Amino acid sequence: METTSTSTIEQFASQEYKFGFITEVEQEIVPPGLNEDVVRLISAKKDEPEWMLEWRLKAYRHWLTMKEPRWPNVHYPPIDYQGISYWAGPKKKGEGPKSLDEIDPEILETYKKLGIPLKEQEILAGVAVDAVFDSVSVATTFKEKLGEMGIIFCSFSEAVHNHPELVRQYLGSVVPYTDNFFATLNSAVFSDGSFVYIPKGVRCPMELSTYFRINAKNSGQFERTLIIADEGAYVSYLEGCTAPMRDENQLHAAVVELVALEGAQIKYSTVQNWYPGDENGKGGIYNFVTKRGKCDGARSKISWTQVETGSAITWKYPSVILKGEGSIGEFYSVALTKGRQQADTGTKMIHIGKNTRSTIVSKGISAGHGQNTYRGQVKILKGADGARNFSQCDSMLIGDQCGAHTFPYIDVQNPTARMEHEASTSKIGEDQIFYCNQRGIATEDAVSMIVNGFCKEVFRELPMEFAVEAQKLLAVNLEGSVG
Amino acid sequence: MLKIKNLHASVDGNEILRGIDLEIGNGEVHAIMGPNGSGKSTLARVLAGEESYEVTAGEVLFDGKDLLEMDPEDRAREGVFMAFQYPVEIPGVSNTYFLKAALNAVRKHRGLPEMDALEFLTVVRQKMKLVQMDDSLLNRPVNEGFSGGEKKRNEIFHMAVLEPKLAILDETDSGLDIDALRIVAEGVNVLRGAERSFLLITHYQRLLNYIVPDYVHVLVDGRIVRSGGKELALELEEKGYAWLEQEVAQATPVGA
Repeated sequence: METTSTSTIEQFASQEYKFGFITEVEQEIVPPGLNEDVVRLISAKKDEPEWMLEWRLKAYRHWLTMKEPRWPNVHYPPIDYQGISYWAGPKKKGEGPKSLDEIDPEILETYKKLGIPLKEQEILAGVAVDAVFDSVSVATTFKEKLGEMGIIFCSFSEAVHNHPELVRQYLGSVVPYTDNFFATLNSAVFSDGSFVYIPKGVRCPMELSTYFRINAKNSGQFERTLIIADEGAYVSYLEGCTAPMRDENQLHAAVVELVALEGAQIKYSTVQNWYPGDENGKGGIYNFVTKRGKCDGARSKISWTQVETGSAITWKYPSVILKGEGSIGEFYSVALTKGRQQADTGTKMIHIGKNTRSTIVSKGISAGHGQNTYRGQVKILKGADGARNFSQCDSMLIGDQCGAHTFPYIDVQNPTARMEHEASTSKIGEDQIFYCNQRGIATEDAVSMIVNGFCKEVFRELPMEFAVEAQKLLAVNLEGSVG
Repeated sequence: MLKIKNLHASVDGNEILRGIDLEIGNGEVHAIMGPNGSGKSTLARVLAGEESYEVTAGEVLFDGKDLLEMDPEDRAREGVFMAFQYPVEIPGVSNTYFLKAALNAVRKHRGLPEMDALEFLTVVRQKMKLVQMDDSLLNRPVNEGFSGGEKKRNEIFHMAVLEPKLAILDETDSGLDIDALRIVAEGVNVLRGAERSFLLITHYQRLLNYIVPDYVHVLVDGRIVRSGGKELALELEEKGYAWLEQEVAQATPVGA
């Protein structure tokens, strides 16, 4: 009997990455290496105030005392932090783009190729975009329209200049600069990113979105996103990412901080499709990201939804600190690993306040030689009376060379807490595929259908447009995965 | 429409089918009966194209085309349908979504335009009535959490929507109580017609009280050892299979 896996894996691995092109644009890139001068240089390039530089330097000095974590279930050769360039960006023309007309047409073209038009008239109604190209935010759309409602949506650099009081109050309030090796590195050298503030009682009328693109060679991308939803505010935020195909690994160490005040809601969705490397595991992005939200006020809600299909290595745990009474944290995740990809991802739900609730739904799909680990922590502190958690971790295996691993950590210090944990591992059955075939459905369509069905609970959490994209992305990534 | 000649098939090197000859004409209903392990289900699965079965000799023509050369999905698109003995669950994929994909794949193959959601729904409602299918099963994931009876009815419903030329029912009666059996059988009966042939695989005669076959064949040890009309089923009901097995054993020299 011919096994489905052999021929498949080969086809699968030879699957081309669609977004691997390189943009020829005049680049400004600092030589590789990291020291205090580089930190000062980054800060100076951005014309930052003294307090920002001080914060970076504190982080840098702390970073020197830290060791790179080795506990994740991923394997990679040591990273040479002196071999990375910590600043790369399209060369500024004069003062930098004031409007879209001043952006290098090559960059506009790049985003167009990626399906993210930056010209407002071409943009899907209802989505405002901040586009980050290497270290620089190149365009933020619909800024003025949102400004009329008091919503601030701009690049992080702009926020440092124009809204220093908000940045100083909230920067590092959820992920302190001492938090972990990669977050601390980010705090020292972060280049740009997005900043969002939704004022009291305002419901943001459109999806806000950031699109990250790594283009420069040998560079890392260290962006930082800070989203604050004031009392009773609501915002839905989308994040997408791609990178060119390059033989060297590139480091992406981002930090995302979310703050939800009383009654506020933040919905954060990611579709991550960084370059995963070639079939032998050469090249690809190391995606080492710290994402955390804080439900600061009562009845606030933070919801993470992620679809992780790219990167050579993914290492991230979007988490929620449930401090406000009756606050809600949610984590919905689909992680697909194929080829030589490795993912160690999950979440942390820290219950501090009374009657806090959290939901975790994780779907891991492994194909080829992919290794997929779910790692999640649910912590219920003493004061969290009536806290509730529901966790569901499902793994699906395609072929017999891949692996799925689950590491749930549960720490309950309050006897009134209620916890539920469900886990399952399944293989895409040949019987399922045969059943589809017998109804006239081709094998590739069958695999895509079965996997999408498996991920349905997560996809339905995504905003409509994104859900369609995510399904297509998964289908493209699975092409040729079964025989 | 279907011509099976000297069909031999093995699984993991064990020969299960040892030379099957069978012809099914348009609109005919044939029943294959036989003791456990005689190769009934293997025959169904070989015809549907399951790849764990290896055809070692013989040929199968379907409307003059070489069926064994086709991939399972092409067989389905050409009009071969198999109602599974144990239909699998496909979590998260709704029954309607699945059927729409299937129907459109079949239509595309036949050069017909794909159906949009509205047209499809009209067809589905009509077929649902035909096979007395419950509305609620439509939007549930394919077979997930269905009772045994619901699964079998769902198979008949799929058949009604896909309108095959040849429907193979693999022990559709197994595990059904009498009411469920009656509903399934009625579904099959309304789908009988001059352009649709059936191959019923069954261990028991009771299904044949409800779906009356034109021909009955008895399979023993991978061969058809007796063929006849519907009265053959009754004879088997009365006498069991043992006498036929004995006959076969006597006719075959030991070690052959």
